[in-house]
Amino acid sequence: MDNHTIAHTEEHHVSLPQHRHHFETEEQQREAATFGMWLFLLTEIMFFGGLFMAYLLYRNWYYDAFVAASNTLNIGLGAVNTAVLIGSGFAMALAVWAAEVRKKGLLVIFLIITTLLGTVFLGVKYVEYKEKFELRHVPGANFDISRFVNPPADARDQQHLAPDMAHKTEIYFSLYFAMTGMHALHMIIGIGLLIWLTIRAQRGAFSSGYVAPIENFGLYWHFVDIVWLFLFPLLYLINIHPMH
Amino acid sequence: MSTILSLPDQRTATLPKKNYLNNEHGILSWLLTGDHKRIAILYLISITFFFFIGGAFAGLIRLELLTPQPDLVASDTYNKFFTMHGIIMIFLFLVPSVPATLGNFLIPIMLGARDLAFPKINLLSWYLYIIGGTLTLTALVLGGVDTGWTFTTPLSTHYLNTHVVTAATAIFIAGFSSIFTGLNFIVTIHRMRAPGMSWFRMPLFVWANYAASLLMVLGTPVLAIAIVLVALERTIGIGIFDPTKGGDPLLFQHLFWFYSHPAVYIMILPGMGVISEVISTFSRKRIFGYTAVAFSSVAIAVFGFFVWAHHMFIMGVSNYSALVFSLLTMLVAVPSAIKTFNWSATLYKGSLTFETPMLYAFGFIGLFTIGGLTGVFLGSLGMDIHLTETYFIVAHFHFVMVGGMLMAFLAGIHFWWPKMTGRMYPESLSKLAAVVTFIGFILTFMPQFILGYLGMPRRYHAYPPEFQVLNVLSTAGATVLGVGYMLPMLYLAWSLKYGAIAGDNPWQATGLEWQITSPPPTENFHEIPIVDYEAYDYERLEKMKKHEVTTVG
Repeated sequence: MDNHTIAHTEEHHVSLPQHRHHFETEEQQREAATFGMWLFLLTEIMFFGGLFMAYLLYRNWYYDAFVAASNTLNIGLGAVNTAVLIGSGFAMALAVWAAEVRKKGLLVIFLIITTLLGTVFLGVKYVEYKEKFELRHVPGANFDISRFVNPPADARDQQHLAPDMAHKTEIYFSLYFAMTGMHALHMIIGIGLLIWLTIRAQRGAFSSGYVAPIENFGLYWHFVDIVWLFLFPLLYLINIHPMH
Repeated sequence: MSTILSLPDQRTATLPKKNYLNNEHGILSWLLTGDHKRIAILYLISITFFFFIGGAFAGLIRLELLTPQPDLVASDTYNKFFTMHGIIMIFLFLVPSVPATLGNFLIPIMLGARDLAFPKINLLSWYLYIIGGTLTLTALVLGGVDTGWTFTTPLSTHYLNTHVVTAATAIFIAGFSSIFTGLNFIVTIHRMRAPGMSWFRMPLFVWANYAASLLMVLGTPVLAIAIVLVALERTIGIGIFDPTKGGDPLLFQHLFWFYSHPAVYIMILPGMGVISEVISTFSRKRIFGYTAVAFSSVAIAVFGFFVWAHHMFIMGVSNYSALVFSLLTMLVAVPSAIKTFNWSATLYKGSLTFETPMLYAFGFIGLFTIGGLTGVFLGSLGMDIHLTETYFIVAHFHFVMVGGMLMAFLAGIHFWWPKMTGRMYPESLSKLAAVVTFIGFILTFMPQFILGYLGMPRRYHAYPPEFQVLNVLSTAGATVLGVGYMLPMLYLAWSLKYGAIAGDNPWQATGLEWQITSPPPTENFHEIPIVDYEAYDYERLEKMKKHEVTTVG
């Protein structure tokens, strides 16, 4: 008897448009979506894990080359980007809150701020990549090691590398482009999704307590932020120790 | 205690008026479906297609090896044959075989759910599979790939001028199909179980697929990044695996085998799940040591992640790591043995009947045991140095993958065919096919163990004349095996129209899937079942039958 009444009230619940037929309750649907997102992030960790493994190996083997190459990066731009991305993550967290308290206007504003900051990040990344092309520090046939064998007078790092070790900077830049490139690709996908979510939010899709897409996208966006929080020190700050 | 299987009267069985097959009509109702059962059928058709293409390449390989001289094809064409055979069979057939077809069809029903957690992602995963498959065929049509299915660097990045990037993209995309299937299964098993369906009431098929899904979700992304790096190295020349730039080709091997060793457990675990179901049903007994069998699936998945370097013993890994990986490899034999012993113990004093799925299951146990034990040879360091890269290793993994997994797949297809289509396959013809497959298999791959032990290397298309007798035996066996695989294809297609109507529970099995109509309705259950009994409870089924009132008419 009891089971019947419970089943009955649940059936009453399922009239919301976002509820999908194969879930018994909306709670179950929400839990499933969040759980699925966490699992997906786990696969992402394994995906980036392969790159971090390669980084660990080669940084141990070619430490001097890694230091010299990382010193050609612009720490200022990297730090700005880190701040921009943290700001973007903060705006995303606020967007999730706005969706939960059902404030449509705020939600749209926070989603737009998240998108803008994400775009700023990519813009700064573009400037950094462009510099690498100009210095011929992009791996491939045009890669140039002269800067590491004979550093120009204005270089931050005046250490002369033996040509043999200087060649290993190409490995560093391979990893730099593979890792930041994969990260940027995730940002671009994320921005695409953000635009789609903003349009849906504007139409009021998330104003009635249905926040799962916003919440789960938030998880993804924070994951992308966290990847950068590892990439920044690993790529930019190899020999920058505040203690020394 | 146990009962003899008696098939219900098939003359009175009828097909349900409304079921998932006739619920909607038209090609679009299939291509845009969210129904896990329809997606399973889509998968079944596509993997069968790729299986026969991969099989054709196996046939060509065996034909070339009929004579010691390289007389059928040139050596680089031969390289393309075994590469295509490997890529298609592994990524497009074995990995999705049981999970994407039987798993897709059965897991929601076995759990008492209406669908998988994410039906759209399920459909997406089939489309990704099709894109991956199409790209593989594109690489084939454009002129082929000859890296071997392992894409070993620097061979694949520097020395070959074939369609490596196309094939790599194909595998990358097919990999995401596998990730999404695994993700869907895990979420479904965690969140969609019917009331009362506790973890230890789940059928062992679900446990096995759960373990395989963990491997898919955790392993496949590592393959993806390894393949991306190979493609980047080929296209723009980044140097992560390039020794001339200071990169390490061994790193590629580590990343590749970190997925590709667990991948063999992705392939075999769901098959083991099928065997548990079949053995239990046709012994009319609860599976012996249910908990041990369930946990051994998880144990295989966990150990499976820590043995990858045994593919690299002769590639220059340090002696210490070789020692550790050899030891860990031996450990995987333990949960596999637990399963085999528990299946045998289930048979003991069971009321056995020998329907076709059971014959395939017996084939599985025998061939998998041989395959598994020869794996212990290869896991021992000294033996491995002699045997690796010979036909011994070819025979070993074909015993596990073909003798094991394909037998299990066919056991499962026959076992659940009545549920999927509502019709029976022809019993005596299918028994013949099971026996032919077994004989053909033994004849094909037993000689290869001897060839390998005598030192015939794999991947060569010519060999010294003294190896010819064994090679002829192997090719003859492959022909028999080919007949063994054609038969089910033909009579199963025949049975779709002419097969006897099966009824809801032709095997008198206990699983939830047998309590609904065959074929099942689109929503699986009109009312979500409440589970208050253990899995494989044949005594309960017997009691229920006693109280059943037979209606006439």
